[in-house]
Amino acid sequence: MTPADFAAFSNHAVMFASIVYVLAFLAHIVEYAVARAVPTDVTVAAPAAVPVAAGSGAGPSNGETALDEPAPDDSAGDADVRVEKWGRIGLALTILGCALHLSGLVTRGLGADPARVPWGNMYEFTLAGTFGVSAMYLLLMRRYHLRWMGLLVTGFLVVVLMLDVLVLYVPAGPLVPALHSYWLVIHVLAAVTASGAFAVGALASLLYLLKSRATERGSLRAGGYLARLPELRVLDRVAYRVHAFGFPVWTFAALVAGPVWAEYAWGSYWNWDPKEVWAFITWVIYAAYLHARATAGWKGKLAATIALIGFASLLFNFVGINYFFGGGSLHSYAGR
Amino acid sequence: MTSTATTSTGAGGAATTPPTPPPSPPALSPGELSRWAWRQLTSMRTALVLLFLLALAAVPGSVVPQENIDSVKVTAWRRAHPSLAPVYDKLGLFHVYGSVWFAAIYILLMISLVGCVVPRLRIYWRAMRAEPPRAPRHLTRMPESRSFETDDEPDTVLEHATAVLRRRRYRVRTVDGAVSAERGYLREAGNLVFHFSVLVVLVGFAYGQLFGYKGGVVTVVGQGFTNSLSQYDDFAPGALFHPDDLAPLSLQVKDFHVSFLTSGPEMGQPQSFDADVTYQDGAGGRTRSYDLAVNHPLQVDGTSVFLVGHGYAPVVTVKDGNGDVAYQGPVVFLPQDSSFKSIGVIKVSEAKPDQLGFEGLFLPTYGFTMQRGPFSQFPDVLDPVLSLVPSYGDLGLDSGAPQSVYSIDKTHMKTFKSSDPERLGPVARIKLAKGQTVTLPDGKGSIRFDGVDRWVKLQVSHQPGKGVALVGVLLGIIGLMGSLFIRPRRAWVRATRRGDGRTVVELAGLDRSSGGDLGDEVGDIEQLLRSPVGAAPDARPSPDRRTPPEEPS
Repeated sequence: MTPADFAAFSNHAVMFASIVYVLAFLAHIVEYAVARAVPTDVTVAAPAAVPVAAGSGAGPSNGETALDEPAPDDSAGDADVRVEKWGRIGLALTILGCALHLSGLVTRGLGADPARVPWGNMYEFTLAGTFGVSAMYLLLMRRYHLRWMGLLVTGFLVVVLMLDVLVLYVPAGPLVPALHSYWLVIHVLAAVTASGAFAVGALASLLYLLKSRATERGSLRAGGYLARLPELRVLDRVAYRVHAFGFPVWTFAALVAGPVWAEYAWGSYWNWDPKEVWAFITWVIYAAYLHARATAGWKGKLAATIALIGFASLLFNFVGINYFFGGGSLHSYAGR
Repeated sequence: MTSTATTSTGAGGAATTPPTPPPSPPALSPGELSRWAWRQLTSMRTALVLLFLLALAAVPGSVVPQENIDSVKVTAWRRAHPSLAPVYDKLGLFHVYGSVWFAAIYILLMISLVGCVVPRLRIYWRAMRAEPPRAPRHLTRMPESRSFETDDEPDTVLEHATAVLRRRRYRVRTVDGAVSAERGYLREAGNLVFHFSVLVVLVGFAYGQLFGYKGGVVTVVGQGFTNSLSQYDDFAPGALFHPDDLAPLSLQVKDFHVSFLTSGPEMGQPQSFDADVTYQDGAGGRTRSYDLAVNHPLQVDGTSVFLVGHGYAPVVTVKDGNGDVAYQGPVVFLPQDSSFKSIGVIKVSEAKPDQLGFEGLFLPTYGFTMQRGPFSQFPDVLDPVLSLVPSYGDLGLDSGAPQSVYSIDKTHMKTFKSSDPERLGPVARIKLAKGQTVTLPDGKGSIRFDGVDRWVKLQVSHQPGKGVALVGVLLGIIGLMGSLFIRPRRAWVRATRRGDGRTVVELAGLDRSSGGDLGDEVGDIEQLLRSPVGAAPDARPSPDRRTPPEEPS
């Protein structure tokens, strides 16, 4: 295959990945639509009992959902099986979408002449960033049973990928000289990984806020989406764990790899460039989140809000800087 | 509060019974006040607020142009906002990261950090040497607990538990028929290391800011520069920098290569650029050569030279009204966009009787449409053209006021009338292709476009303390990972002989981190305790031991 073939393949792969993500999103919608039909007492109990059966001596409870055992009531059991089926279809489609996404990313790199890492402009950063979100979601699936997040994750991926293709697309081409460095691989890979983790964490924090608000207002409808989410405690802990993973990686990306490369490329490891400033601001906000979670009066909703502010500043840094500051930023080559 | 109470008693309290003064807190002595202030400052809440303030305070620096980053932009901004600029000046908004209020926030944050970390250091030191705490009386009240029965002696069970927990890297001790175990001591150490490393980074950064310097110099290819203050076009020294600190270095730019993409959608994008330079370090140092490129800086004695930009310097010969050569050589033009359409001025102060000035564009590959006017089609030199507005008179250079080399003070300069004001506008503009000469009207002189040189922009910088900052931030990440991923856990195992001769083994666990859960730690320990591999030879699993564990009562 020639580079042009690879580039064309990449475009198709990204298109198909988007379509598959849409299907996954629909599957998750069906999952929750079916769940609403299930009698309340069963549904509320089932997925809410995700990990940690605290305090009881009831055998090794390692976070298996109660859905594995058929419920006594037949109709409810039937609906539960259907809920589970659609949930699994959604997950399977997300895995397929992620694989297509990866192939699109790899061939994008091969589509440039000479071949290079597939992150050299805004379109590719977004492509890589969304892949980071998708991969992070799937990787953490095993440990934290994140399927309840599937609806939001696939929705997020669909919207961002569409915007990427519609607004940011540029044909594959070689890198500008400023990016000719192996630090491009290290710096961007770390930033994408951390951004993926922060995105998953932000979704968990968002759901935590929605659910805790609904709980306080008493508007938590049994069988509804929020009611089927894990308990608040679990949402909070998942959010924390994911952020705790993302934070050191972000520290490395923004405060080690970035400055070291800046030292080689621009002659000064810290230039107070808008992108650097906002990476620092993002870092400070996430540091505040980690502190807030351990501080009386701040933990819970306030901490979750801080996490969302952190993600907003991350997004602003990613998109806003290039659009509002354009040539004023040393990172302006990242624009188009 | 105290004073109000006194006044009311004094005014109306003669006849009636004096009202009891409202309970007010006793006035704080200076010592108490300072202790109170210190406690407030070092509280986590204050630290959180300061962190937010720091984030917020960093924002304006990314919006308002900064003097020490892009002074040209600051000047332009001041011109565009004449009424706001003085206010911004007062607030230090052109120097956010060096301003008093920004410094106040991070210094307070550092004090808060020290105040938070130092007492914890003492606590940690004590905790580090402490034995694991005794088992609580009721293990079932712990977040997670189990129990099972065995035929083994309690002592055997406890010995086995000690071995199991040690293997899981717990610190273990046995008191009163129970094993207490604790692990994850390094979590707090990681936390302390992280906070300490923030200070290290700040010290390294501050040192570099105070003693370092950064300067930019534009050098035409074929020429060179020596490292002295007068050579720099822009220079940003640290507060404690001394000109003697400039490393002796001289450098010549021998050649410069640039290649642009000539096809494809990204046509005109530079593919690579690099400069061949030779340099001497110190007095009488050997001459060495180096290939200077983006991402490939030259390092000499802690001073780094970077290639940060390039552009064109058209070579011109200007003759004055008397017919003498008044200027001959390259003139640096500044690129405006990726097509390298460049602007610049040629000031000919030697010209007589009138001084001459030329202001305009250099277009490396000439293009023209009625809509756009003259523009550059491609960044490389394929069809170079100078499009200039000539003027004559007094350049104002003798007044002593500093002038930019990229603009002409037009107060005493006159332009020529256009030959066709209808079509070309009122002011005469001349177009010069390479090798062409244009004679100015009224015998004012002539200008010839001889050729095109290139220039490179070099950045010379010296930032001491960067090693300290790097070590600090790496140390910080290691500490951070320790503080986030090491699980501080406690576990207890108690074995009691029951009346019927069997032994009840109770175990419980506790995760002490803020986001912590035990996962299946207690379950895993239970499994290990139930299957004593080689530890207790006589304790083989019997069928009844496979039954599910009893519910705690």
